[in-house]
Amino acid sequence: MSAEQTQASGVVGVLESVGRKSLGLFEEIGRFFFILHATVYWTFRRPFDGKEWLRQMVRVGVDSLPVVGLTSMFTGMVLALQTYRGFERFHAEGFVASVVSLSLTRELAPVLASLMIAGRVGSSLAAELGTMRVTEQIDALYAMATEPIQYLVVPRVGATTVMLPPLVAIANGLGIFGGYAISVALMGANPVTYWEKTFQYLDLNDVSSGLIKAAVFGLILSVTGCSKGFFTTGGAEGVGRATTSAVVMGSVVILVSDFFLTKILF
Amino acid sequence: MATGERGESGRAAAPPKIAVIDLHKSFAGREVLRGVNLEVEAGESLVIVGGSGAGKSVLIKHLIGLITPERGHVIIDGEDLTNCEPARCLAIRRKFGMSFQEGALFDSMTVFENIAFPLRRHTRMDEAAIAARVQECLALVHLDGTGGKATSELSGGMRRRVGFARAISLQPEILLFDEPDTGLDPITSAVIDAVIVEMRKQLDVTMVTITHNMQSAFRIADRIAMLRNGQITAIARPDVFRSLADPYIQKFLAGEPLEEEVA
Ligand SMILES: Nc1ncnc2c1ncn2[C@@H]1O[C@H](COP(=O)(O)OP(=O)(O)OP(=O)(O)O)[C@@H](O)[C@H]1O
Ligand SMILES: [Mg+2]
Repeated sequence: MSAEQTQASGVVGVLESVGRKSLGLFEEIGRFFFILHATVYWTFRRPFDGKEWLRQMVRVGVDSLPVVGLTSMFTGMVLALQTYRGFERFHAEGFVASVVSLSLTRELAPVLASLMIAGRVGSSLAAELGTMRVTEQIDALYAMATEPIQYLVVPRVGATTVMLPPLVAIANGLGIFGGYAISVALMGANPVTYWEKTFQYLDLNDVSSGLIKAAVFGLILSVTGCSKGFFTTGGAEGVGRATTSAVVMGSVVILVSDFFLTKILF
Repeated sequence: MATGERGESGRAAAPPKIAVIDLHKSFAGREVLRGVNLEVEAGESLVIVGGSGAGKSVLIKHLIGLITPERGHVIIDGEDLTNCEPARCLAIRRKFGMSFQEGALFDSMTVFENIAFPLRRHTRMDEAAIAARVQECLALVHLDGTGGKATSELSGGMRRRVGFARAISLQPEILLFDEPDTGLDPITSAVIDAVIVEMRKQLDVTMVTITHNMQSAFRIADRIAMLRNGQITAIARPDVFRSLADPYIQKFLAGEPLEEEVA
C-alpha cells in the first residue's frame, strides 16, 4: 500500500467513524421521540392501571424524598454561606435571603433535584426495562396482547413527570430553610428581616417556572431511561451500558434543555 | 394488501389459520429467513424442526408479530399482522398463547402471578376462578405447589414448564411453543407431549411447536416441517416425513453428522 493510499484510507476511516457517531445520535433522538410519542398515545387508551401508577409514584416520589431533600437543604446552606461571604464585601448582606430564595426556586432546586432523580430513577428504569428486554419479558408482554409501552412505560414516565414538581416544591422549602438556618445561626442575620427579604422579590412566576421546569425534566429523564432500557441489546453487558448512558444522556439533556427553558420561561 | 381468500387450488375450502408468505429476515447482513412460505390449517398441530440456529425461533416470533420482516407477510385469519394498527395488532395477538425457549417469565412476579397474568389482563374472572385455573395449569405440567415461588428459585426446566402453563392458561385459539421439552427429563417431556396431544383433540386449537425431540415431534404433529437454509424445505404428515428421501432429513432423523455444512 502506498503512502497516499494509507492516508486516504485514514481519512475515510475518520469520516466513517464521524458518520457512524452522528448516525448513532440521530438514532438515539429518533428512539427518544418514538417512546415519547408512543407514551402519549397509550396514556389515553384503556385500560388505565391506577395501581401501577400509584406504585411508581411512591417509588419516584416518596423514595427520592430523602436524597432530594438533603441535596436541596445543603445547597441552600452553601448558597447562604457563599453569598454572605461575597455580599459582605460591599455591605449587601441584606440581600442574601433574596438571592437564596430566587436562585433556589428558579434554578437550583429543579435542576439539582432532576439530576439526582436522573441518577436514581433514570438508571433504574433503564436497568429494569433493559433486563426485561434481554430476557424476552417484553416480548412475552406483546405475546400476551399487552402493549409494553402502556403497561411498563406509561406509568413510569407518568409518575416521574407528576412527582417531580411536588418534590421540587419540597426541595424549595428545605433549601430556603437551610439558608435561613445558616444565616441566622452562623452569620447572625436578623430572623425577621431575613424572612421578609426571602419573599420580598419572589414572584409566583419564579416558583411556577421552576415547577414547570421540574415536570419537563421529569418527562425527559424518564423517557430517556425508558428508551435506553426498551431498546437494550447485548445481554447483561448491554443492560450495564444502557444504565450508564441513561444517566449521562438524561443529565446532559436536562442541562441543555434547562438553558432553553429558562430562555422561554424567563 | 391482499387479505382474505387466497383461492389457491388444491387447498381445503377453509382459509388457513396462519399463512406465511415469502418471509425474509436478516440480522446484521446475515439472511436468516430467505422466503419462508407456510400455511397452518385451523385445528392443526404443526411441528417445525431444523438445525440449531436455523431460524426456528425467529420464524415463530414472526408468527405473532414480535419481529418485523424485511419482506413478506404473516396473515392470521385473513388479517395481515405485518401491516396493522398497533391497537389492531394487540387484538389479533389476543388469539395467541406463546411459550418462549427460555421461559421469559416476569421476574417481578411469583409463579402464580405469572400464570394469572393473561387471565387478569383479558378476562373478567374473579380471584377464586383465577386461582382454580392457575392450580389446574400447574397440575397439568406437574408443578403443583410451586405457585408461591419466585421465578428465580426455579430450575431451567421448571421455568420452561411455567412458561408453558402461562401460554395455555387463557385457552387461546393459537398456541406457539418454542422448544417446550428441551432440557426436560424423558418422563416430564412426555407429560408436556400428553398435554399437547390432549389439547390437539379440541378441534379449534391451532398449534405450532418447535422441537429438537423427534420422538415427541412424531407424537404431537399433524404435519412436520423442516426449516433449513432459511426456507421450509419439506412439509409432510409424520409417516410421510419419516420416509422422505432428502438425505439431510434422513441424517436429521437418524441423528448422524452431515459432511457438507449448512451455509
Ligand atoms: N435479535 C437477534 N439479533 C441478531 N441475530 C439474531 C437475533 N435473533 C436471532 N438471531 C440469529 O438468527 C439465527 C437464528 O436464530 P434462532 O434463535 O431462530 O435459531 P433456532 O433455530 O431457534 O436455534 P435453536 O434450535 O438453537 O434455538 C442465529 O444465527 C442467531 O444468531
Ligand atoms: Mg430457538
